[in-house]
Amino acid sequence: MKYAYFPGCTLHTQADNFRLSCDASCRELGLELAELQSWECCGAVFPLSTDNRLPLASPFRTLARAHATGQPLLTLCSACYNVLKRTNYTVSGNAEVREKLEAFVELPYAGQGRVVHLLEAIRDDLGWGALRARVKRPLSGLPVAAYYGCLLLRPQEELQFDDPENPRVLEELVSALGAKPVLYPHRAECCGAYLGVRDSESTLGAVRTILQAAGARGARVLVTSCPLCFYNLDSAQARISQEDLAFKPLPVLYFTQLLALALGAPASQLVLSRHQVDPWPALQELGLGEVVA
Amino acid sequence: MQISRSEVRSDFVLRVEEISGEKILGCYQCGKCSAGCPMIQVMDCPPHQVLRLTQLGSRDEVLASGTIWLCASCQTCASRCPRGVDLSRIMEALRAVRLRAGQPALDLGSVPKEVLGDVPQQALVASLRKYTS
Repeated sequence: MKYAYFPGCTLHTQADNFRLSCDASCRELGLELAELQSWECCGAVFPLSTDNRLPLASPFRTLARAHATGQPLLTLCSACYNVLKRTNYTVSGNAEVREKLEAFVELPYAGQGRVVHLLEAIRDDLGWGALRARVKRPLSGLPVAAYYGCLLLRPQEELQFDDPENPRVLEELVSALGAKPVLYPHRAECCGAYLGVRDSESTLGAVRTILQAAGARGARVLVTSCPLCFYNLDSAQARISQEDLAFKPLPVLYFTQLLALALGAPASQLVLSRHQVDPWPALQELGLGEVVA
Repeated sequence: MQISRSEVRSDFVLRVEEISGEKILGCYQCGKCSAGCPMIQVMDCPPHQVLRLTQLGSRDEVLASGTIWLCASCQTCASRCPRGVDLSRIMEALRAVRLRAGQPALDLGSVPKEVLGDVPQQALVASLRKYTS
């Protein structure tokens, strides 16, 4: 299966561990990701005002270029997915917006292309059975908390990704890798997103709530598909530990890092060095650390 | 407190409705938005009250609230509203009223260097979009 791949602004920099572990996983899975030859930032947030369509120009250009390749557009970052898929939905259902964007961007496109997240490509195009058959190092016994956040799930009528109140896709992935999904409250709640840029205190409460809920139910690692969720959840833990001596740090991983590990990818491609909360101890407990090293 | 038609249907309220595309009077104040809001603990005014003040045309009070800048547009309220009101769009419209009046909520120069160096690019792009443009 072949896809037109849009990495977005963060995957070639801070989130190179997300990109490289995705590349390694896709090689093992036979999913061919061809990065778009020319792409630009999606804008990071979908514009919610109805009287200013200019912020849609950039995601529209990406959608049109991807469609011209004849392949579905695939993204990894939850924010890129949200912006591109919502833009696609708007363009396909609103002729006035579509005509404006086509005229401004000078590319024809009517929203007929498919936008998929890597999780959808694995679930819908590859299938859980095929994934299970490719697992070389089952993560047996590892309790994994799947964290969805907001951007993969809402609004459901536009994204059609999963049930926003009780999503399953990440738990199904975790199960397919042989690990144990840990269900906990707040797994589909926002971590505070970009609010920390303006006020670094503002997101601490939301982050603490999520981490404590997952930890209290026995999770040893938490997985996400958003570089901003990763940053918020990982970087706040030193501060939370200072204030609350009973707090037990919870390593945060991209789901692709667990995926690559289970598929037998070389350790270098997991890029485990970017984590403030070290994931090694949790992986070593299972004997997985030795395999990776 | 006196409520007049001139406030309830003021230019401010009509502008918020136009920018958001939402019907402000659709809300019947059940509070479900506030019950599920992940940021409510740091807000000075709960989300359903911001909407109530908007219904009443209390322009100055709404625009002075810190709540509009602490909404992360996660859409939890919008996805659960029994009246189909998208409060995240109304919050965006309230921010837009301030931003379009030339009142940004973020001075990038005042963000600590270690934060600027650490946060993912998407956070910088998102916060510039939400707080300055």
